[in-house]
Amino acid sequence: MNITLRVWRQKSRDVEGRMVTYEIEDVSPDMSFLEMLDVLNEKLTLQGEEPVAFDHDCREGICGACGVVIDGVAHGPETTTTCQLHMRSFSDGDVITVEPWRATAFPVVKDLVVDRGAFDRIIQAGGYISAPTGTAPDAHAMPVPKSDADRAFDAATCIGCGACVAACPNASGMLFTAAKVTHLGMLPQGQPEREARVVKMVNQHDEEEFGGCTNIGECAAVCPKGIPLDTISQLNRDLLGSLTSASSE
Amino acid sequence: MANSTLTKQRSAALQSSVALKSAMAVTGGILVLFLIAHMYGNLMVFGGQEAFDDYSHHIREIGEPMLPHGGALWIIRVVLLASLLIHAYAAFALWARAKHARPAAQRYVVRKSAQSPSRRYAAQTMRWGGVIVALFVIYHILHLTTNHIAPGGASDSPYERLVNGFQIWWVVLSYLIALLAVGYHLWHGIFSALATLGVNKAGRERALRLIATVVAAAITVGFLVPPFSILFGLVS
Repeated sequence: MNITLRVWRQKSRDVEGRMVTYEIEDVSPDMSFLEMLDVLNEKLTLQGEEPVAFDHDCREGICGACGVVIDGVAHGPETTTTCQLHMRSFSDGDVITVEPWRATAFPVVKDLVVDRGAFDRIIQAGGYISAPTGTAPDAHAMPVPKSDADRAFDAATCIGCGACVAACPNASGMLFTAAKVTHLGMLPQGQPEREARVVKMVNQHDEEEFGGCTNIGECAAVCPKGIPLDTISQLNRDLLGSLTSASSE
Repeated sequence: MANSTLTKQRSAALQSSVALKSAMAVTGGILVLFLIAHMYGNLMVFGGQEAFDDYSHHIREIGEPMLPHGGALWIIRVVLLASLLIHAYAAFALWARAKHARPAAQRYVVRKSAQSPSRRYAAQTMRWGGVIVALFVIYHILHLTTNHIAPGGASDSPYERLVNGFQIWWVVLSYLIALLAVGYHLWHGIFSALATLGVNKAGRERALRLIATVVAAAITVGFLVPPFSILFGLVS
């Protein structure tokens, strides 16, 4: 396969970037998208040019490090992570446009790499439980209904890649925040801090300058882990409950 | 200490995007309920001039003698206007935040939706569609309430105002366009409001979208039936 790649190049955070076009020959359909970028980078290095910077780590679709917008869709044409996208999803002669996540809360560090520290600060604000550590409790010491456990687990599969923010027309981080709120809110261990958690996390979300959710659903449509849109509804319910409850103080 | 921090956090959360869109959802709900009542009133036109004018007159007598003449109507008007203003304010505030969250300079070179185009269109046109609907409401009040705009002739009888206006094709066309805009606005709006207020749960999304579709379609069709009946001479 021969591919024409239009890639966003930006030297550093404060420098203006631009789209640069590269031709790549002999791309195997079995290559992952990142391997195709590796091939490009090897070529660029041999030519004495700066390689394209992109984030990646496990390349197994479980760490959440990679992620670029491919032809206008976060993580590209398949609902998966960029590392699990293969070149067989494209055709010979395609022109592919590759851009970084775009959001004020995710400033570009270099080329396709963005700073997703805002997500970490949302977690720090309340995405945890305060529990005494020690030996692991017995598995059946605290019964959890199967459906609750399943929903908590589904929400917990969020890898924090940021595709939801990239895809959202409002650049909202609500699906990420809602996944964390739902994950902990479904489990008994998450109950003592449930009301405080949602308030703190939503405040931090807004403080990080993410936009608001308008239930468009682009986030859930691109989420590689299939976090459902209704987790955002659960977050709303928790927040409204917390704001209207007087007895919780 | 911990509690006072939480209290502070709570009052901050009253300004959050979630609180803003909840205000939008509640005020939008009030406006939808009004639309349903308004549509019911419009369909009275099929009962003839007397039934329609009586209905219109009776609205001014609701609550009498506890309320003065037209009192209930003014209460409804104030509630509706307040709802509209809160709805528009929240929309503007959320729009401004979204604009800041991804400024024009950071827009994608290529943009593609991962969803079905029609649904995406409804969601995408909420803001400008809302502006169009607001402008239509002004036109509509000047036309049929105050009768300042009176194509086909002004009249003291609401029935005659209606019939005079909708015998003209371009008046019907303007209402058709406006009501399609309303329909699209409600199609996404009703689902979005329910989701915002926490009604959406696992496995419920399809049902909620269906409710939104049915209500939006019923309101659009229900409002379009009288003007078209007049245009085609079924009511005169």
